[in-house]
Amino acid sequence: MSAVLPLVRVAVIAVLGWLLLLAATSGLDPYTVSIIGFVGTNIILAVSLNITNGFVGLFSLGHPAFMTLGGYLTAILVMAPARKAVMLKSLPDVLVAQQWPFFPALLVGGLFAAAAATLVGFPVLRLRGHYLAVATLGLIFIVQSFAVNMSGLTRGALGLSGLPALTSVSWVYLFAVVTVYVSWRLKHSSLGRTMLAIRENELAAACLGIRVARTRVMSFALGAFFAGVAGGLWVHLVTLISPHSFTFLLAFQLVVMVVLGGTGSITGAVLVAVVLTVATEALRPAEEAAGLFGASQMTIAVVVVLVLIFRPAGLFGSAEPNLFAWLHRGARASLPTSNP
Amino acid sequence: MTSAYILSQIANGVILGSMYALVAIGFTMIYSIVRLINFAHGDIFTIGAFTTLACIALAKLPFPVAIVVVVAAGALTGMVIERIAFRPMRGAPQVTGFIASLAVAIFLENLAVMTMSAQPRTFLVPDYLNGLVDLGLMSVRMIDLMIVLLAIVLTIALVLFVRFTKVGVAMRATAENYDVARLMGININRMIMLAFAIGSGLAAVSGLMWGSKYGQISPFMGLLPGLKAFVAAVIGGVGSIPGAVLGGYLLGLSEVLFVALLPPEYSGYRNAFVFGALIIVLLVMPNGLLGRNTEARA
Repeated sequence: MSAVLPLVRVAVIAVLGWLLLLAATSGLDPYTVSIIGFVGTNIILAVSLNITNGFVGLFSLGHPAFMTLGGYLTAILVMAPARKAVMLKSLPDVLVAQQWPFFPALLVGGLFAAAAATLVGFPVLRLRGHYLAVATLGLIFIVQSFAVNMSGLTRGALGLSGLPALTSVSWVYLFAVVTVYVSWRLKHSSLGRTMLAIRENELAAACLGIRVARTRVMSFALGAFFAGVAGGLWVHLVTLISPHSFTFLLAFQLVVMVVLGGTGSITGAVLVAVVLTVATEALRPAEEAAGLFGASQMTIAVVVVLVLIFRPAGLFGSAEPNLFAWLHRGARASLPTSNP
Repeated sequence: MTSAYILSQIANGVILGSMYALVAIGFTMIYSIVRLINFAHGDIFTIGAFTTLACIALAKLPFPVAIVVVVAAGALTGMVIERIAFRPMRGAPQVTGFIASLAVAIFLENLAVMTMSAQPRTFLVPDYLNGLVDLGLMSVRMIDLMIVLLAIVLTIALVLFVRFTKVGVAMRATAENYDVARLMGININRMIMLAFAIGSGLAAVSGLMWGSKYGQISPFMGLLPGLKAFVAAVIGGVGSIPGAVLGGYLLGLSEVLFVALLPPEYSGYRNAFVFGALIIVLLVMPNGLLGRNTEARA
C-alpha cells in the first residue's frame, strides 16, 4: 500500500465498500442501523479531531462547540419554511424562505463551523498546552449559553425536535470516507508534514520558514469543518438538537479516541472510535440490567489512565500500521509454490 | 435599583467569591508544584458536599464536626487520586496529566451517579444557621456570614503555614525548583501529596459551603464551579495563592454583578461572560494579576 493512494483506486474501493455496507445493513433493524450511524459519525469526529490534536499538537476540546454550530445551521436549513415561521420567531426572512436538500445544508453547516473556528482561532490558538484546552472547553460553554438564550433562533433549551431522519448509513459512510481520505492525504502532503513539524518543535519549524500561526488556524478550521458536518449528521440521526446535545462529556470521549489510538494516527483514531462506540452500546443493556449506571464510563476512564501510564504513546503512536500486511505476506509466501 | 439591593448582591458576590477562592487555591497549589491542571478538583468539591450531607443527615453530627470530617474526606480523596493516577505518570508531558485528570473526573462523577443516582438532592443545614444576622446596613443569613469568615480564616491559616513553617518553606522550594529542592533533602513525594491534600481539603469545604448556600447538590454540581475556579486562578495568576484568592473574589463579584445589574435578558449569558473573561485574560495578561512569568502560556 503506497503512502498516497491514487484517487481512482480509492474511489473504486470506496464504492465497493459502500455496496458491501448497503448489502450488509439492508436486513438490519433500525436500532442496529442507528448504531452504525453513530460509529460513522464518531469516526468523522475522532479523525477530524486528530488533525488538530494529533498532527499539530494543539490540545483542543472544542469539537462539541463546532458540532452545535453545524448541527443547528444544518437543521434550520433543512427544515420546512412553514415550521420555521412558527417555531423560530427571530430567524431572518432569508433563512425562513429556504429549504435546502441535505447535502448542501451539511456542507454549509460545516463551513459555518469552520468560519467560527477561524474567527476564534486567531486569538485562542496563541495559547499553549492545557491553557488552550481550558479555553476551548470554555468555547463549549459559550456556544451553549448562546444556544440557550437566543431562543428566537434556536428555541432555547427546548431545542429543535422532530427533525427529519435524513441521515442514512450512506451519508455517514460518504462523509467518513471523505474525512479519512482528506486526513490521510493531508498527513502525507507537505502541509501535513508542516503540521507534524510544528508539533515536534515549533521554534525549529518557524526557523525553517513555516508560518506557524496560519497553519495552526488552518488545522483548527479543517477539524471544525468536519465537526460541523458530523453535527449535522448526528442531529438528523437522532432527529433532535438541543443546547445540551453536545457537551463536555463528548469532548472527553473524542479526546480519548485520539489519545488511545495514538495522537496523529488516523488508523488508531478510526479503530478506537469503532471499538469505543460499539462497546458503549453493547455495555448499555448490561449496565441497565445490573442497575450500575455509569459503569461503562468508569471502565473507559480507568482504561484511559492505565494507557497513559503504561503506553503513553497510545496504540500506534503517530504511525499508520499496515493492517493488511498479513494479506501481502500470505500472498508472497504462496508465490514460490505457484512459480517453481 | 435600590442601594439595599446592590448591597445584598455584593454580599452574594463575596460569598460566591469565597467558594471560588477556596477551590482556586487548590488549583494553584497543585499547579505550582506539579504543573498539572487538575480537572478532578471540581469533583472533590462534589465529594465535599455529599460528605457534608451524609454527616448531617445520616450520622447526625453537629455542623462544626461535619466541617472537620469534610476536610479530612477531601484531603484523603486528593491524596488517593495523586497516588493512584498522577504519581505513576510524573514527568510525562503536561497534556498527559490533564487527560488523566479528565478521566479521574469522569470516573468520580459516574461513581457518584452509580452509588447515589443522578437526581439532585436537597441539602439541609441546622436551623440556627438559617437565622438572620443584622449587620446594620443589611441582614444576612448566619450561614452566609459563616462561609465568608471560614474562607478568610482558612486562607490566612494557609498563607501563614506556607510562609512561616518549615514544611511551608519546603513546599515553596519544591514549587520554585523541583530538582534543587530534592538535592536539599526535601521529600518531593511528600510535598506533592501535601499540596494535593491541602488543596482538596479546601475544595471539599467549598463544596460544603455551596450546598449550604444553594440548598441543592448533585453528582455533576462540581463541573462548572470547578472550571470557574480555574478561571479565577488564571485571573489571579496561576501559581500564586494570594492571586487565587483575589481572582476568586473578583470573579465571584463580577459574575454576580453581571447578572444583577444588567437587564435580565443578559443574565443567561453568565457562563459565556466567565469563559469569555478567561480567554481575554489569557490573551492580554497571561500571567494574571499577581502571577510571575515562569513559562510560556500564550
